[in-house]
Amino acid sequence: MFPIIAQNILNALQLGSVYALIALGYTMVYGILTMINFAHGDIFMVGCYLSLAAALFLLGLPLHLPAGLIFLGALLFSMLLTAILGVAIERLAYRPLRQAPRVSAVITALGVGLFLENFTLAILGPEPRHFPPLIAMTPWQVGGLSLTLLQLLILIVTALILVLLDLLVRRTLMGMAMRAISDNRPIVPLMGVSVDRVISFTFALGSAIAAAGGLLYGLAYPVLDPYMGIRIGWWAFISAVVGGIGNIRGAMLGGFILGAVEILTPMVLPSSTYRDFVAFSLLLLLLVFKPTGLLGRPLFERV
Amino acid sequence: MLEVDNLWISYDRIAALRGVSFTVQKGEIVTLIGANGAGKTTILRALSGLVPAARGRVTFEGEDLLSLPAHVRVRRGMALVPEGRGIFGNLTVLENLRLAAYTRRRQDLERDLAAVFGIFPRLEERRHQWGNTLSGGEQQMLAVGRALMTKARLLLLDEPSMGLAPVLVQEIFRVLRRLNEAGTTILLVEQNARLALEVAHRAYVLETGQITLSGPCDELRHHPKVREAYLGGA
Ligand SMILES: Nc1ncnc2c1ncn2[C@@H]1O[C@H](COP(=O)(O)OP(=O)(O)OP(=O)(O)O)[C@@H](O)[C@H]1O
Ligand SMILES: [Mg+2]
Repeated sequence: MFPIIAQNILNALQLGSVYALIALGYTMVYGILTMINFAHGDIFMVGCYLSLAAALFLLGLPLHLPAGLIFLGALLFSMLLTAILGVAIERLAYRPLRQAPRVSAVITALGVGLFLENFTLAILGPEPRHFPPLIAMTPWQVGGLSLTLLQLLILIVTALILVLLDLLVRRTLMGMAMRAISDNRPIVPLMGVSVDRVISFTFALGSAIAAAGGLLYGLAYPVLDPYMGIRIGWWAFISAVVGGIGNIRGAMLGGFILGAVEILTPMVLPSSTYRDFVAFSLLLLLLVFKPTGLLGRPLFERV
Repeated sequence: MLEVDNLWISYDRIAALRGVSFTVQKGEIVTLIGANGAGKTTILRALSGLVPAARGRVTFEGEDLLSLPAHVRVRRGMALVPEGRGIFGNLTVLENLRLAAYTRRRQDLERDLAAVFGIFPRLEERRHQWGNTLSGGEQQMLAVGRALMTKARLLLLDEPSMGLAPVLVQEIFRVLRRLNEAGTTILLVEQNARLALEVAHRAYVLETGQITLSGPCDELRHHPKVREAYLGGA
């Protein structure tokens, strides 16, 4: 019994890592703009494809690069380009509507998402693409547990990103500016800080982290299609809300909870088709009983 | 140093300022006095770029201000201590001060912090406390401290005495006078006209969006209208 549970916890951590990384983007944008960027799931999808493109390109070079280098190259390439995409979306689609009613921004975000899906569809066609197996998936047996190098890599990269982000928000001037905006935006320019620049930075950061999630996801679940961002985006969004949207540590926690929901549902219920039902029920229950999420709403919590 | 010429501001078509003109010379303390709703806060918000001007011209050290976004005006050497203080509650005292030094060189940070802590030792004791746990007086000190961190040559203050015990009010005003002696020019908005006229060199009286009186404080203090409306008759 124990190894099965431990194994599932491991799998839940792996999937939860991806949800946590994407949930961060929802929560940071909400913390700063009180707007839900419904295009974020599709930004993740683009990040996933960009990782694939970079990986295929590097594999195709006659250099026989080591897998680790290809991984790193794909990671940096997709993070950079996806960051630029996120900044461009904010500039072109959201910034002109910043003073407009909230619902305009929501509709625009949905439109941006549709655009990204259909743009990808138009360029690549509907056939799923397959991620090349870069990182060994042959399991090691550790005390009855089977652990792959890929799982270890996903956990390490995710932990690294979470720790760095936490430091950034807590320790750097940019992090202080982000927290200040979430607390009292009108006052921030009086400190000599350009609010627009901080917002651009936030979109760059959230999108880059989603792209990292895209690479990790592509390695673990190697079938990509242009609509993959929809379901994963919803799960990550629910993660952010469960943890307390606007709260960075909440998004991390929520991601791992939703990872567990997805992995554990088929163990308890007859089929994995119930997983969305369970996830959305969790969301509804939470919205009824604890609308601010598990870790509460103090935007960019202080401690 | 600061020249305001025929400034008009409206909120949703209701004119809050109707052709306001005044100047602040380098080295002066100038005060704006006026009843609630006269438009004092509106003037300061317009000068620092938080509300757009409908009409008029503002120059700071010869440069047109109205075309600059708010955060750039801070770089030009102008800082506002806003009404209600505007402390960031989810930042510590130290972080509030560091953020205000955003536009400055990192090497100067420690020296500038030491200067602010020299003026307000209380802030140093509480430097790791969250902004929203400070008392009103401490928040006011922090608001002034933040403005000092920007190294502004012109300080705009919106009712620094609001909600403070008389001892603290005295302390804040002592600090303002000291800063002025050290070269900082000050534009002060105050409800407490008696105090404002005491500390400032010149004053403007604002009534429903227009300046109705102006002059050196020594003269205005004895003006019958000022005595009646702002100094409680006596
Ligand atoms: N955001 C706003 N929207 C609409 N009207 C406003 C707004 N801000 C201020 N006003 C109006 O503009 C006028 C001037 O307001 P302002 O805040 O400048 O007054 P004040 O002189 O600072 O008053 P007080 O001494 O009470 O602080 C008032 O009639 C006020 O109701
Ligand atoms: Mg006011």
